[in-house]
Amino acid sequence: MATPKAMRQPASLRFGSAAFLTLWCLIAAFPLFWILVMSFKSPADAFDANPLAVIFGPRTIAAGKGLSVIDLVLGLAVLWYAVRFAFTRLPQMVRAFTAPGLVILGWLVGCLGYAVVFIVLFFGLLPVVLDALNAIAGPLGQPVIGLTAEHYRAVWVGNEFYRNFINSLIVTGGVVTVSLTVGTLAGYGLARSGSNLAFWLLIAALIFRALPHSVLVAGYLPVFINSAEILRPILGDAAPTLYGQPLAVIAVLVAINQPFTIWMLRSFFQSIPVELDEAARVDGCTHLQAFRRVIMPVMWPGVITTGLFSFLLGYNDFLVTSLLLDAQNQTMVPAIAGYFNRETTTTDQAEAIAAAVSITAPLFLLVMVFQRQIVSGLTAGAVKG
Amino acid sequence: MKFRTFAAFVGPSVFMMVVFIALPLASVFVQSFQVTQPVIERIEVESCTAGFLEQTCTTQVKTRPKINESGQVETTTRWVGLESYANLLQFDRVWAAISNGEPGRILQIDFWRALRFTLTFTLVTLPLVVGLGLAIALAVNNAARSIRGQVIFVSLLPFIITPVIGALSIRWLFYGDGIVTSWLETWLSTDISVAANGAAVEALMMFYRVWSVAPFAFVIFYAGLQTVNQDTLESAIIDGASRWQRLRFVIVPHLMPLIVFIALIHLMDAYRAFEEVVGFSSQAQRITLQWLTYDFLQPDDAGNRSISRASASAMLTMIGIVIILLPPLRRTWRDHKGIS
Repeated sequence: MATPKAMRQPASLRFGSAAFLTLWCLIAAFPLFWILVMSFKSPADAFDANPLAVIFGPRTIAAGKGLSVIDLVLGLAVLWYAVRFAFTRLPQMVRAFTAPGLVILGWLVGCLGYAVVFIVLFFGLLPVVLDALNAIAGPLGQPVIGLTAEHYRAVWVGNEFYRNFINSLIVTGGVVTVSLTVGTLAGYGLARSGSNLAFWLLIAALIFRALPHSVLVAGYLPVFINSAEILRPILGDAAPTLYGQPLAVIAVLVAINQPFTIWMLRSFFQSIPVELDEAARVDGCTHLQAFRRVIMPVMWPGVITTGLFSFLLGYNDFLVTSLLLDAQNQTMVPAIAGYFNRETTTTDQAEAIAAAVSITAPLFLLVMVFQRQIVSGLTAGAVKG
Repeated sequence: MKFRTFAAFVGPSVFMMVVFIALPLASVFVQSFQVTQPVIERIEVESCTAGFLEQTCTTQVKTRPKINESGQVETTTRWVGLESYANLLQFDRVWAAISNGEPGRILQIDFWRALRFTLTFTLVTLPLVVGLGLAIALAVNNAARSIRGQVIFVSLLPFIITPVIGALSIRWLFYGDGIVTSWLETWLSTDISVAANGAAVEALMMFYRVWSVAPFAFVIFYAGLQTVNQDTLESAIIDGASRWQRLRFVIVPHLMPLIVFIALIHLMDAYRAFEEVVGFSSQAQRITLQWLTYDFLQPDDAGNRSISRASASAMLTMIGIVIILLPPLRRTWRDHKGIS
């Protein structure tokens, strides 16, 4: 359908709007793009005042770390095909090889296998091939862009950042699982009950959502530190000190996340017609059976979306984890604060940047894969009610 | 749904919220009137050194924390009433500053400094977030369908990124000889030091907040724009409404509930701003209320955490939350009574 003439826009407006959009995209992406570039350069290049020096990294090349034209072309081509493969062939293969009912397991195995193959190809095989090619290519084999992974090596191997990564995995995994289990039950109950009590629970949750997290942590800290003595009369000598325990942090983050989770899941449950429950009930299901066998199978989009936001909360949290976890159980985000507390040399700063990029990379993948769910989750709360 | 079934479904969630939100809140309220300190005892220590013919002995009175049987420092808790609040608010210094005619001195007290910045921060970023979000939504709605997905992808990045990292990524562009700073320096041919300039740091913190929240506003407004009634728009055109009038009188009123929603969420979130202070290391220049509480909770050099002060500052922060939440809660209450 052609746009009516009256609705058509003058060229100046179209141009202005396009220019504004381009500017916004630049501002939105530039800081992140820039830390990615900086993280691969030697410290002297990364903090150069001249942007071109940061991009091309002359001192990084001088140190013998660089990519030639052939490296760039081949590397980008392999990356491009790897991404294409992940988004087209991989889902097909997963669908073809997994039995129905084991879809989640199939995806896990598929993604894991894909990651292993990719790492072997990209970091194992490709450098060998490229070295051989560079040696015979003459001028095309000369490095043109400086690139070094030394900061990543220093962060992940030297500073044992993988420990923080594992702690992050434990905390976020726990938060997502527990808060979805508890939240779906509550969201369903709230969506299907029109009672006054349900209304007041939702209002209380709204108030809880507004609380600053430091207020709550001020309540936990004294109890958690002294928990061994407080719990001794009940649990005897096995009473744990909750301070520093990932499990305690998971419980805290789940509770902090509950208000948001139940509001969002409730709005998803409300979009499922009540007739579906009633039909299941007529066929002899109890409420719990109706919930498990009839409602949950159609609720997956809502659960995935809510799970994403729980993931973000657990993964991005700084305040709670930095106050309630001790050094050896620290997650990634508070750990990075340690880098720039002691950042005295530019090398320390460059390592902090590499750590920052390492933390950001999974989030980037997350947006790539789940963009639609994130958008639907954001709008679910606002537009539906 | 019967009450028992409802209770079974909601029970675990309510339990979590009561144990980890309601109870801590109550205990913070109680703690703010108490002070827990290690018991200090004074003991006489006689120390002797070998000397000629006889030892020379001196007795000293030392103070040290008392240790109980299990080898831990003994503590006492006593009620101090409003003392923690008074320590925080320091009304005597406030009155002195006002009576001396130097109200600027009030801002040397941490709490008032934090309050001043938090309020400015919240109120300045609010219109910027709504305005920028609306502008992006209109521009994307105007753009070709094929590029909308990519634009949404790029726009989501600042929103999804870990707040501390987002703040750091902007900090690295400006602090020291960051490329934006050095570009500004050559352009204006002056020497700029962003990190040492309080106003500049404040502006950067606000910029970060708008940068990271505007995408959220954009996505919500964009979804709202899809449901604008096309018939109303067409009749507005027939009535001779200009483009601006259509925006002003058709589109914005349609989006009004969403604007209120965004404003409310933003007020709640900006009021408890915290990550900006960490990311920009601005504690010397600008602090927020939540950071103040966080700072009290951090162990000091002797390993003590000033829990009671933290509780008092947390309770004072809560007053602001209550003020922000009152109008929407009153409206919900009226709606609820209207229905039932």
